[in-house]
Amino acid sequence: MEQVLQALVTIAIGVGGCAFWYWASNTVLDTVYPARGPNAGSNINKANLIRPWLFVGPAVVILAAYLIYPVINTLYRSFMDKTSSNFVGTSNYSWLLADGKFHESMLNQFLWLLVVPALATFFGLLAAQLTDRIRWGNFGKSLIFMPMAISFVGAGVIWKFVYANTEGSQIGLLNAVVQAFGGDPQHWLQLPFWNNILLMVVLVWIQAGFAMVILSAALRGIPEDTIEAAIIDGANPFQIFFKIKIPQIASTIGVVWTTITITVLKVFDIVYVMTNGEWGTQVLANMMYDLLFDQSDYGRGSAVAIVIMILVLPIMWWNVRNARKELR
Amino acid sequence: MANLKLTNVEKAYGDVKVLKNINLDIKQGELIVFVGPSGCGKSTLLRMIGGLETITSGTLEIGGQRMNDVPPAQRGIAMVFQSYALYPHMTVRDNMSFALKIAKKSASEIDTAVKRAAEILQLTPYLDRLPKALSGGQRQRVAIGRAIVRDPQVYLFDEPLSNLDAALRVATRIEIAQLKEKMPNSTMIYVTHDQVEAMTLASRIVVLTVGQGIGQVGTPLELYERPENEFVAQFIGSPSMNLLDGEVTETGAQTTVKLASGGVARSAVPTQASDKGMKVRVGIRPEDFVATTGEAAFTGEVDITEALGELTQIYFRQGGDKGTIIAKMPGIHSNLRHNKVSLTADPKKVHLFHNGKSLLYR
Repeated sequence: MEQVLQALVTIAIGVGGCAFWYWASNTVLDTVYPARGPNAGSNINKANLIRPWLFVGPAVVILAAYLIYPVINTLYRSFMDKTSSNFVGTSNYSWLLADGKFHESMLNQFLWLLVVPALATFFGLLAAQLTDRIRWGNFGKSLIFMPMAISFVGAGVIWKFVYANTEGSQIGLLNAVVQAFGGDPQHWLQLPFWNNILLMVVLVWIQAGFAMVILSAALRGIPEDTIEAAIIDGANPFQIFFKIKIPQIASTIGVVWTTITITVLKVFDIVYVMTNGEWGTQVLANMMYDLLFDQSDYGRGSAVAIVIMILVLPIMWWNVRNARKELR
Repeated sequence: MANLKLTNVEKAYGDVKVLKNINLDIKQGELIVFVGPSGCGKSTLLRMIGGLETITSGTLEIGGQRMNDVPPAQRGIAMVFQSYALYPHMTVRDNMSFALKIAKKSASEIDTAVKRAAEILQLTPYLDRLPKALSGGQRQRVAIGRAIVRDPQVYLFDEPLSNLDAALRVATRIEIAQLKEKMPNSTMIYVTHDQVEAMTLASRIVVLTVGQGIGQVGTPLELYERPENEFVAQFIGSPSMNLLDGEVTETGAQTTVKLASGGVARSAVPTQASDKGMKVRVGIRPEDFVATTGEAAFTGEVDITEALGELTQIYFRQGGDKGTIIAKMPGIHSNLRHNKVSLTADPKKVHLFHNGKSLLYR
């Protein structure tokens, strides 16, 4: 109860504070440069130059404090020792390069990158196309979109039950299905290699809804005329989908794909909750967490963080550039 | 090659009938224009012929074969859309060859067809461009090229010029007329709301009414000179034909009508003795008025003059009439404003309607 109250108070202070800032800063500006009197014209021009900075300024400052400062600090710590007290050069990085768990993380991360964006986009596109024309399509869409509302931790817990293997009465859904078909129950999360795929399923389950919503909007944006022209040209539904529709939403597919790719690069919660990187399922973000908080090794943990950032940056850059191009 | 026949065609959305009693017999090589006010269903009718809309009842035949349930691609039609509907991700060449590729034609066959169409439409230099790199007029030509390549029995044009600016519209209209001349055996159906397009392009015009079926079918001049009913009379021609209430006073080879305003109009439309006393409406096109110093059928004070250069449109009102009468006078007559005018008209150009129908067609 106390937490709820605290949360409400925080929200009230946050939102109210923002509103007050906009109002107060605007009022002050209008007092200093009033839009009347002999200099009304030049006052309006001056005020218009300053106003954006007043409104966007706080956000810029906060972003700088919470994004740029941590990056610099992390970079600094990655060249320091375990407790950030002595400079150790690149030895954290050379340790990483030689570490078996890091190799495993990189390999798994690569697998995740290969599988999750592709499958999530594929299923999202399929769902968007199939739910478009049916009467209960919107209901279906809501169901597919629902997992987006579940936190990764919650999703991890749910799927841990799905993959569970218990003695006595079986509570694992997957094992129940396997047994119903006469198979033997498995410790799914301990099956080497396949446990990685099973973890990826969770993220695909969550992200497919996101992909579906964006792609569904894109599909609806395709001019109906071009589809009718294709019908008259004799294209069948598959040809219309692959030769007329997909090429017209290619850039949106690209944005969805890269957005999911970035999520995948940062994937942590699902792995942490379900296997904590055991049984050959380690990924970079979980390794970073492990080093930073379980082993209190700030140097090596920060080095992993920098590796993740270097991997994300180019995709981020491409994504932002593409989004800007769309806006124009 | 083929003619096209519509028999008792209807279109209904639920209980609402948007089209009914559509009977049309279109010969091979004709250019038929569908015109009508917004909401008359002219585009819907075209899309029904094309197979993009279902036919609620009645039959559609192309080349003597029932086509109601034949997929669009197998009807032998090609359609040009108002918005061009080019595939934005394909070059001009790919846009034009798409249908042939779908039909699995050989590469050389496709190449020949595309080259021929590009030649006809002067698109050869643009074959490898994307649609976004073309002007509006060029895009429309590509859309037409996409139709030509398929060598269809019937071309369907859905307001193809309405997205073009005025100057380009005139140029493209002439191009379409020339295109039709190059392909005398192709049947074309053309939907427009623009009268000039209808009058200049059509071999026959089909005037559609809102919910009342076809108003009249005929050559452009038939529709202009001998409209069957008040709707067609007012729809064709701009500004619209003036309609004035009156009563038949003398019958015979020539009819005399006493107007509600007191004037007397003579029409070359013949009437019988029994028609005496019949309530009629006299129709005169604005361009058919002539100024007179002798006996005037129409007199009144001018409210407004619109000098258009080659002619002046004058708006006047006579006592006893409900509406304003519009007349076109050659030359500039701005000085007529607030002055009295006396006009008459050649009896051959005076139409008579009774209950909305022309007395010519009894």
